[in-house]
Amino acid sequence: MNAREEVLARLRSASVAGNPATPVVVTREYATTGQLAPGSAEVLARLDETLTDYKATVTRVATTDDVPGAVAAFLGGARTVVVPSGLPEAWLAAYDGEVRRDGPPLSVDELDAVDAVVTGAAVAIADTGTFVLASAASDQGRRAITLVPDHHVCVIRAADVVCSVPEAVTRLDPSAPLTFVSGPSATSDIELDRVEGVHGPRRLDVVLVGP
Amino acid sequence: MTAVELGMPTVAADPHGHLRGTESFPKAAHHALADTQLRRNLGHATRTIRAKRAAVVSEVDDWEELRRAGETIKADTLARLPELLVQLEEQVTARGGQVHWARDAEEANRIVVDLVRGTGADEVVKVKSMATQETGLNEALEAAGVAAFETDLAELIVQLSHDRPSHFLVPAIHRNRAEIREIFLREMPDVDPALTDEPRRLAMAARAHLRRKFLTAKVGISGVNFAVAETGTLSVVESEGNGRMCLTLPETLISVMGVEKVVPTWQDLEVFLQLLPRSSTGERMNPYTSTWTGVTPGDGPQTFHLVLLDNGRSNVLASPDGRQALHCIRCSACLNVCPVYERTGGHAYGSIYPGPIGAVLSPQLTGISGTDDVNASLPYASSLCGACFDACPVRIDIPHLLVQQRAAAVAAHTRPTGQDLTMQAMAIAMTTPGRFKLAEKALGLGRVLAGKKGRITGLPWPMSGWTNARDLPAPPAETFRQWWERTHR
Repeated sequence: MNAREEVLARLRSASVAGNPATPVVVTREYATTGQLAPGSAEVLARLDETLTDYKATVTRVATTDDVPGAVAAFLGGARTVVVPSGLPEAWLAAYDGEVRRDGPPLSVDELDAVDAVVTGAAVAIADTGTFVLASAASDQGRRAITLVPDHHVCVIRAADVVCSVPEAVTRLDPSAPLTFVSGPSATSDIELDRVEGVHGPRRLDVVLVGP
Repeated sequence: MTAVELGMPTVAADPHGHLRGTESFPKAAHHALADTQLRRNLGHATRTIRAKRAAVVSEVDDWEELRRAGETIKADTLARLPELLVQLEEQVTARGGQVHWARDAEEANRIVVDLVRGTGADEVVKVKSMATQETGLNEALEAAGVAAFETDLAELIVQLSHDRPSHFLVPAIHRNRAEIREIFLREMPDVDPALTDEPRRLAMAARAHLRRKFLTAKVGISGVNFAVAETGTLSVVESEGNGRMCLTLPETLISVMGVEKVVPTWQDLEVFLQLLPRSSTGERMNPYTSTWTGVTPGDGPQTFHLVLLDNGRSNVLASPDGRQALHCIRCSACLNVCPVYERTGGHAYGSIYPGPIGAVLSPQLTGISGTDDVNASLPYASSLCGACFDACPVRIDIPHLLVQQRAAAVAAHTRPTGQDLTMQAMAIAMTTPGRFKLAEKALGLGRVLAGKKGRITGLPWPMSGWTNARDLPAPPAETFRQWWERTHR
């Protein structure tokens, strides 16, 4: 018997010995919608609070017209930024450094040499201060571009902000890679206290667009 | 990277890997308790994390409902484990991944070593994984001439100091910042000699140390937090970004998971992504969670292998109650609330799974071979206070399993122990009033032994089992029955 057959055979006989007499009923009595309405002013305020609590810097703007100014302010003296191939060009209109589009893909060393990355996000979760990057979305791009540069500026639209984790999971398609980001890279490995700044981007800035 | 794993059993010693220590819990605990620095470090760290966990759990109104959902999803998964694994295999394969099966730790290591050799690489970067700690993969790789670089900060500390992990989440929880600074100064060749013990500076030192390794590694090795059968999606939950580095930049990714890590549906993650971060690091959400499905052209490793590990899990599954231990999502909340763990730390448990859950999981994974089996002592490493059950995000009834494993440890006795003999002697003495009266007379001897100090501090075997750990008070001058006879007859 090969390993696959043997492991499955063992598990099947263990099932016979250990399975409960009646099938297990999964109880889902937890909340699947959040306390605040998706896209509302309240949910944006909560997201602002939770992002800030985990050491991201947030700028609130009312409309997409204000995005270029906010992005440029965050980028400050950054000489080069990388952006995913489908990022709206207008978002970088006020930035005067070099913009490198990731198409054709930059090498890891090229990514290591850029100062910052600017992306959109697929969905954001107000309860936890999280946004999710979907590799399949053209304004978010492949995973390496938001990982190697040390500074990440993320633009989040009100329509993509939900309150709770279940609301976000429902909106996401797992067939392409996803990255859930909650604050800049951090560690709790020294005396179980959280400190920011390890291998991922050490600086995380968010432009939050909406009411 | 030579002799990295000093003090650990060699790869060939046990096909199960690192699930058994070399001495019983009471002996190992004695060493640990004598180390006042260790006790200070553990006390500080567990107090910190308990407060953080309590604060973020209290924010969630439906926490109990989420725990029940977590419990029943896991129970349902175990009841359908073979079919879910076959479904996972189909989905991963359909998306361009390759799935391997391993009966035990040795076989899993052999599979991974062969896969690494096949790439021609002589180095790998690793993201913290309990499964590969369990199998002792690093030693197997080293024996094959492959250097394995642990990239999680705490794992790095453990690896650099030739130490053993002592906690699921923070394997270097037994080290404080000053000790970590010393380890870095001693073991990192390119470290800044002016390094201070400020946690942020220590984290920066780790970043600088590993940066080139990440950017040039050809092979990454990871564990798996959750594997979704329905879609073939795998996930890794982490903080530092070292996980993202290992999962994204190498050409080849090899992930090793225990078979119980599968969950039926993508929707199930909405439960576990709420339960796990709040229970483990006491955060609303950990900084990074990555999910991926097979191979994605143009993004991340273009070769992906998934190794499914049994290593005793089928033994555990066969027990209707005991299988609950397989619900564990390795959050470590039960360690942080355990009064025994807080004092002894993780090394005393021998197995790489310490704390309350380790005390019920390790003996079930290995089976108890007899009275000399060190894992037979683990179910006794508890006061049965129940704090572990209250903290467990998937409601594993650990106190019940501890009692059950104590029974299993007793059943494994092939010859009577000191405790058995004492209990038998007591049974003889207590079955008739006449014998009991005689036994009471013998208590006078105890008063002689206790002497003026009024305490008995040492008795011969088998009673030494009691007096090694605690004193006995001197018996009273008169028992109740003697008093009754004197005053009421």
